[in-house]
Amino acid sequence: MTTAPVEKSMPWKPARLSHTAVFWMAFCVVMALLIVAPLVLPPFWRRFLTEVLIWGLLAMSSDLLIGYTGIVSFGHSAFFGLGMYGAAGALLAVKPPNLWLAILFGLGGAAGAALFVAYFSTRLRDIYFAITTLIFSQIFYVIIFTWTAVTGGENGLIFSRPHLSVPFLYDARFTPTSLHWFVLTVVTGSYLILRRVTQSPFGMVLQSIRENEARTRAIGYPVQRYKIVAVMLSGLFAGLAGVLYALQNEFAAPDFVYFITSGDTVIFNVIGGIGTLVGPIVGAGFFQLMRELLSRWFGDQFPYLIPLGVVFIVMIIFLPQGLLGFARRWLNR
Amino acid sequence: MSVLSQNGNGRPLIAVEDLHTYYGKSHVLDGVSLHVARGEVVGLLGRNGVGKSTTLKTIMGLVRPAQGRVSLEGSVITGLPSHKLARLGIGYVPEDRRIFRFLTVMENLRTGFDRRGVTADKRSALLDKVFSYFPVLAERRNQAGGTLSGGEQQMLAIARAMMLEPKIILLDEPTEGLMPRMVGQISRIIEVLHNDGVAILLVEQNVPLTLEASRRIYIMEKGRMRHHCAASDLDVNDAVIKQYLGV
Amino acid sequence: MHTIAQFLQAIPFDVVIIQTVNGVITGLILALVASGLTLILGILDVVNFAHGELLMLGAYVGVVVIAATGSFWLGLLASAIVVAIFGAVLQIVTLRPLIGRDPLNTILVTFGVSLILQNYALWQFGPIERKIPEPINAHFEMFYLQYPWYRIMIAALSAAIIGGFWLYLKHGKFGIWIRATSQDRVMAQAMGIPVPWVYTGVFAIGSAMAAASGVLFGPLGGVSHTMGLDWVLRAFIVVVVGGMGNLAGSIAAAIFISLLEAYASIWVDPSQAVIVSFVVLILTLLFRPTGLFASAPR
Repeated sequence: MTTAPVEKSMPWKPARLSHTAVFWMAFCVVMALLIVAPLVLPPFWRRFLTEVLIWGLLAMSSDLLIGYTGIVSFGHSAFFGLGMYGAAGALLAVKPPNLWLAILFGLGGAAGAALFVAYFSTRLRDIYFAITTLIFSQIFYVIIFTWTAVTGGENGLIFSRPHLSVPFLYDARFTPTSLHWFVLTVVTGSYLILRRVTQSPFGMVLQSIRENEARTRAIGYPVQRYKIVAVMLSGLFAGLAGVLYALQNEFAAPDFVYFITSGDTVIFNVIGGIGTLVGPIVGAGFFQLMRELLSRWFGDQFPYLIPLGVVFIVMIIFLPQGLLGFARRWLNR
Repeated sequence: MSVLSQNGNGRPLIAVEDLHTYYGKSHVLDGVSLHVARGEVVGLLGRNGVGKSTTLKTIMGLVRPAQGRVSLEGSVITGLPSHKLARLGIGYVPEDRRIFRFLTVMENLRTGFDRRGVTADKRSALLDKVFSYFPVLAERRNQAGGTLSGGEQQMLAIARAMMLEPKIILLDEPTEGLMPRMVGQISRIIEVLHNDGVAILLVEQNVPLTLEASRRIYIMEKGRMRHHCAASDLDVNDAVIKQYLGV
Repeated sequence: MHTIAQFLQAIPFDVVIIQTVNGVITGLILALVASGLTLILGILDVVNFAHGELLMLGAYVGVVVIAATGSFWLGLLASAIVVAIFGAVLQIVTLRPLIGRDPLNTILVTFGVSLILQNYALWQFGPIERKIPEPINAHFEMFYLQYPWYRIMIAALSAAIIGGFWLYLKHGKFGIWIRATSQDRVMAQAMGIPVPWVYTGVFAIGSAMAAASGVLFGPLGGVSHTMGLDWVLRAFIVVVVGGMGNLAGSIAAAIFISLLEAYASIWVDPSQAVIVSFVVLILTLLFRPTGLFASAPR
């Protein structure tokens, strides 16, 4: 004969927080830090942080493809560059230079490039996708480099930063701090949108393509179309990063359309952790920080890409999930 | 001394001990053990899907067991890469032959005799021997493997393995899909190999051929060894055969 | 009729012939580069982003050896051997651990290697272009030009290397091992072929081909740390247009594209002539994604 155990009264324990709660709390903490940062950091590091956010956005856009769809694109330099040149175009063509027009033009340019690249690159099997995106991004480079009349060729374009203007509400010049906040807003907004996308049914199909493309196709999904949309979405946010960069630096140069930019982006992704969306931002930060530190310790001529390249390779072999990879499942819930 | 005990000289040629292999969650080999003595022909019978091919693949190093051991002349060979095993003297003739379709007959054979220690003389001797057993291969020596008929491909697969001068050949369902006339030829080849001192582990569904060619028989069911006896103890109509191989 | 005659008169035939020769020469070098790339792609299933840098490395080894010994041949040989060994080591250290993993990883790793090699070259040799001196000084008359013999020699050498490799693939022992491995890796192993070493060997051969191309191209253009990207880009275009993993197709495509570029250079600036290859690629992808020159398998 058994008796039910007597219910002891337990000492009060706080209820276990749900994942959502913890996530948003962490989010708020990080946001708070990023908002306060420009007020306390010296000018160099303030600018540094803003740039890391911009590169982070670029890398985040690439993560949609690498981390969630399972395809590597080396074409992001084209999207980034066209976003930059698109914005430049708007800022030079329309007086007074208008912020929103710049964004619109930039996004338009990037979307056009993305559609073009997507259409051709998705025709081929997985590993050839990387090659074709590389080739196409170089096509854009050559065009921009040689069409001097429109793009300024080798020298690029110089323009002035527009005002931060909300029609009828606000109009003022950007200060480094307000620019930082603007960039932060855009990047954060992009993160939230991309997060929503990856968790949507569309995002689930992308991840299914990443896991097993043949099976996804066999089930009946038009895989090529999904890939095209993914590339376009990715290109759009890459272009947005390009616009932000143009705003930050007030010039556009063909160097950024060169393949190197795409390469850097992929590095940020791998180091930070693919499939996490925030990982690439961390990866960008880590990379730029290391680069800065290495050049401070060893001088400007030091080929910082050699040790960083080794780190990159070692990570792929031994730590393929990247710095934030351990948090991947958590970040995606 | 009973046929079933290991041969008097001690170690068997191939000893398989307590293999456990999984394909995903499926427990394909559930404690499989067998042995083959030097020069012996041993038959492995069973229905489709019981794990006969997997056993051969495990011996050949193409599949890694989760547990268990395979030894060649006393030395443990589990986990060694297949190319080492081929060099140590294990020949493998898989189901569906798998000859190199875009290589000629001669090139297929070459993959076997192109190794250290094979002089030009040895090479001609090997080729002469193989062409005498399989004259059709001699005729077609410069044709691409893919252009051969099913039976000819089977012969090529066996001839190719013979080029390794193996101590044992793992034969996986050699008569599958062959015309009855060719089945007789397979039977003769097994006899010739046996006379040459080559051991054979024969996986088959053709019971009469297996009973006639083998000295001992193992019968498998659902990944386990269910029966082991001398071939002479069995007859095609035996209850045991009907139980494990009947429809 | 009159317009056709006018059109025909406007074409500078002598220039066209000269450009044809030039196109074939660079086409053969490009074919050599693309062959190595196709080989690695077809047998190892690896997109070797570092292929251009292996070419660059080979060119620099050539520069150093030729400067030290004065012999072009020694430079060519040394370059092929050194880079072959380097390639083998590279494959063993960085690519073997990745066998069986997602092909994404090999793309990323070879990309990382290309970055390291490029920056290493920049660091060691500086940004200024180096030159490999012409191996032969003789010239012959071609129309209004004194056309140098060494260019013909380089074309002949490229063709010879490709042809030699082709023969080896067909008849040599390792060649048969390569073909068997690419057709059925599992049975190749079961026949005693040491497949992991076949992979290493193929990568070494591909690297040697890239290195040789670098040295052969040296006298034609300069040797710089950025030369790799141009070549690998064109080589990839050739691989796609020629049909993936199709050796004969790559060679045909290489010559075809180089000829088109050479002709285009008659009318436009050479740095823009490269657009021609882009157009060919786009057309191929639109109409024949399996390759313009795709034919029966090896």
